[in-house]
Amino acid sequence: MALEIAGRTLQSRLIMGTGGFRNLEVMAAAVEASGADLATVAMRRVDPGARGSIVEVLEEAGCEVLPNTAGCYTARDAVTTAQLAREALETDWVKLEVIGDDRTLLPDPAELLEAAEALVSDGFVVLPYTNDDPVLARRLEDAGCAAVMPLGSPIGSGMGINNLYNLRLIVDAAEVPVILDAGIGTASDATLAMELGCDGVLLASSVSRAEDPVAMARAMRLAVEAGLQARRAGRIPRRLHARASSPEEGVAELADPA
Amino acid sequence: MTEVVINGWPRRLPADATLDLVVREAGAPEGGRGVAVAVDGEVVPRAEWPSRTLAEGQRVEVLTAVQGG
Repeated sequence: MALEIAGRTLQSRLIMGTGGFRNLEVMAAAVEASGADLATVAMRRVDPGARGSIVEVLEEAGCEVLPNTAGCYTARDAVTTAQLAREALETDWVKLEVIGDDRTLLPDPAELLEAAEALVSDGFVVLPYTNDDPVLARRLEDAGCAAVMPLGSPIGSGMGINNLYNLRLIVDAAEVPVILDAGIGTASDATLAMELGCDGVLLASSVSRAEDPVAMARAMRLAVEAGLQARRAGRIPRRLHARASSPEEGVAELADPA
Repeated sequence: MTEVVINGWPRRLPADATLDLVVREAGAPEGGRGVAVAVDGEVVPRAEWPSRTLAEGQRVEVLTAVQGG
């Protein structure tokens, strides 16, 4: 059931984002309940008043960090941010985000691809947050990305998977793991992603901003597991008409024959 | 004295102040664990902090991991 990315084995197919939690305590409890063994962090200016180190809290929750490049709008900024994260956190893994505009937070495809190429050649394991565009996903894979992470819908929107068709095309074509990233609203969205053939799910807001983040984290863990098992079990085909599940023979004749 | 910008704030430092001092000044934990530094947009590896001084007007970013993503 494990997920392998760039030779590293993740026991959980759920990767947690850590944005939006009220505090580090709730985050730690939710991450633990999610079963995730990888969680994203952002790189920001040191705050002298900050208490507690997020990296230590995540380590105690049994989770390793995956730095992101959130907040970057250009390939140059994203590459520098990834290099800073590598220096600070001693990991060459990066969730690459290069955003195109601040209303939709959709990725900028041209900058994203440029940053991915630069980071791959600098030795990074690049996990790009990408549009649900099969061609861009293929270009990112060709550039040497270790996975592709298409959005279901915009970050934090909770709208689920907006384009099932594109996601299927991405899953069918990809030879690297496909991780549905962004847009998950509730457990069934995560299940659907896994049923469609995604290899994992990355989510933050749906848990961190839920009324009960720890309970929702548990639900997401089960949802990802359920979707994976259902896919492997092989669903029945959809049919236009009904197909009785009880035997058609041997039905009693109870009314008077006409 | 040298005037530089640390995490967006203008600061006056002794001309011989090195980056490891700047990192402490910025409020980073002892030893700068989990911290990375860029000067004028270029990453400065930790090993160079004790010997690296700053020139007038340089912009220093002292970053660490926070909740996000």
